Amino acid sequence: MSLSVTLQHQLGAFTLDASFEAPEGLTVLFGRSGAGKSTIVNAVAGLLRPDAGQITCDGAPLYDSATGRHVPPHQRRVGYIFQDARLFPHLTVRQNLLYGRWFAPKSTPGPEFNRIVDMLGIGPLLGRRPDGLSGGEKQRTAIGRALLANPRIILADEPLAALDEPRKAEILPYFERLRDEVSTPILYVSHAASEVARLATTVVALDAGRVIRQGAASDVLSDPAVTPLGVRAAGAMLEARVQAHHDDGLSQLDAGGASLLLPRVDQAPGTRVRVWIEAQDVMLATERPQGISALNVLETTVRALRFGAGPGVLVQLCFGDTLLLSRITRRSADALSLQPGLRVFAVIKAVSVARDAVGDQPRPEL
Amino acid sequence: MTDWLGPEEWRAVALSLKVSIWATLVSLPLGLWVAYLLARKEFPGKQLLNGLVHLPLILPPVVTGYLLLASFGPQTGFGRLLESFGIVFAFRWTGAALAAGVMAFPLMVRAIRLSIEAVDQRLEQAAATLGASRIWVFATVTLPLILPGLTAGAILAFAKAMGEFGATITFVSNIPGQTQTVPSAIYAFLQVPGGEASAWRLVIVSIVIAMSALLLSEWLARRAANRVRAT
Repeated sequence: MSLSVTLQHQLGAFTLDASFEAPEGLTVLFGRSGAGKSTIVNAVAGLLRPDAGQITCDGAPLYDSATGRHVPPHQRRVGYIFQDARLFPHLTVRQNLLYGRWFAPKSTPGPEFNRIVDMLGIGPLLGRRPDGLSGGEKQRTAIGRALLANPRIILADEPLAALDEPRKAEILPYFERLRDEVSTPILYVSHAASEVARLATTVVALDAGRVIRQGAASDVLSDPAVTPLGVRAAGAMLEARVQAHHDDGLSQLDAGGASLLLPRVDQAPGTRVRVWIEAQDVMLATERPQGISALNVLETTVRALRFGAGPGVLVQLCFGDTLLLSRITRRSADALSLQPGLRVFAVIKAVSVARDAVGDQPRPEL
Repeated sequence: MTDWLGPEEWRAVALSLKVSIWATLVSLPLGLWVAYLLARKEFPGKQLLNGLVHLPLILPPVVTGYLLLASFGPQTGFGRLLESFGIVFAFRWTGAALAAGVMAFPLMVRAIRLSIEAVDQRLEQAAATLGASRIWVFATVTLPLILPGLTAGAILAFAKAMGEFGATITFVSNIPGQTQTVPSAIYAFLQVPGGEASAWRLVIVSIVIAMSALLLSEWLARRAANRVRAT
């Protein structure tokens, strides 16, 4: 199961010219608003007919400008989760969930109704109408509706953008479960770096209608070339294993051989998790700092420096196979004479890692 | 009620109901189609169609009636063609229904068109991505959402058909039992001495029917609106 997309499309002065592959797992289309993310998703769904290109899902052509083939949306079998849930107001939650069932091919049975309802925790809502639901409940119903249509691919266009922070935290775990429990590939649009870090197996970074980088999530996100897309949210995703929970409310994690102390993580010891560490929370020192309050001091090597237009510098660091990003000023970089290959100590304050920045890690499909 | 109303009056009421119900039912599918075209499609001649639909609303009813007579009358080629298929409009109740339908059509199309324009097309897109073809999207999403507008349009058309006078009397005349609807009958009773009592009874019947239609439409619209309240 995979999706292959090559598109050219002109929208006023905006030109989209993108090509990428979405393998199994969750692929995030990442970029600023206006980068062309939604245009791509709508083209995959068939709601928009691009000027030129090919879209192939699982070997089957959905669109091919060379042959003039344009499969209409209702025959594409995509499960589209919209930003605004778009539930049918005249149907109950149960009827909304079962809507796609009507039209799905009977030969390949889709996911079982009760399993999806349990997974999303929407059992108590089945008899209600959408107008009485909270934003989070609506979005969970929309996810269930898309899944139960038995799609070949799931499309999600910023499904969390319309929700407030507590609702986002409510929905994110469902996408993690989707990624881990459903074999259908997921194409997920987002401009929030923390969402990307938690969810993505593959990242396609878009800027002004072009793909600037694509690949495994940990590689793309810690690439300084990608960070200008969401400057404030620049950071790195660390894969770690929970080791122990301490009595003072901290958890000890092992990240590529280095030990990290973070505010209490909910997962049990032994669980593999992802930790998102923002570049602005990482300080650098050329000698091992003594007598400081920060709990995490990692010995790292400078891999690259990226100078922006402003006074800031992004420093890419590595320890073992793990990459880390640090945002410091150009003046500091000069004072420390930072250059690739130099050994430096990265200082991370434990409290700066937010609780919701720690998520389940995808398990490889067996 | 048959005792209270004289036989001639009763015939007029029964005929009016028959004419109006047929006029409404037959023009409803056509009105829905035209309203959908006007609300959703772009095509050459759209403004012409729009004008044509609204013409009976702005023309004097007598003119509309005369144009119907000139098109469907027994002396015209088209009238004779229809007659060879057994369809006769002139001076028959079917002609009264045609006149009432034509006169009510703009009101019906207007109400339905407004409700189609109010439908959130993003819901229809969502239905399409879930596998519904265009016809199924229409049947399962669009149609339920426009039900209040459709109901309002149909009842408005029915009420208009009940009251239609000018076009009807010009096209199919005023033949008791054949083409004499309630408004024509009231007019006829007022032309003869001592006819006021009959006219008054028909006036009361008209008011009762019109009020009932209005209350029914309010009730149906509220019921439908409860079911489709926006998310």
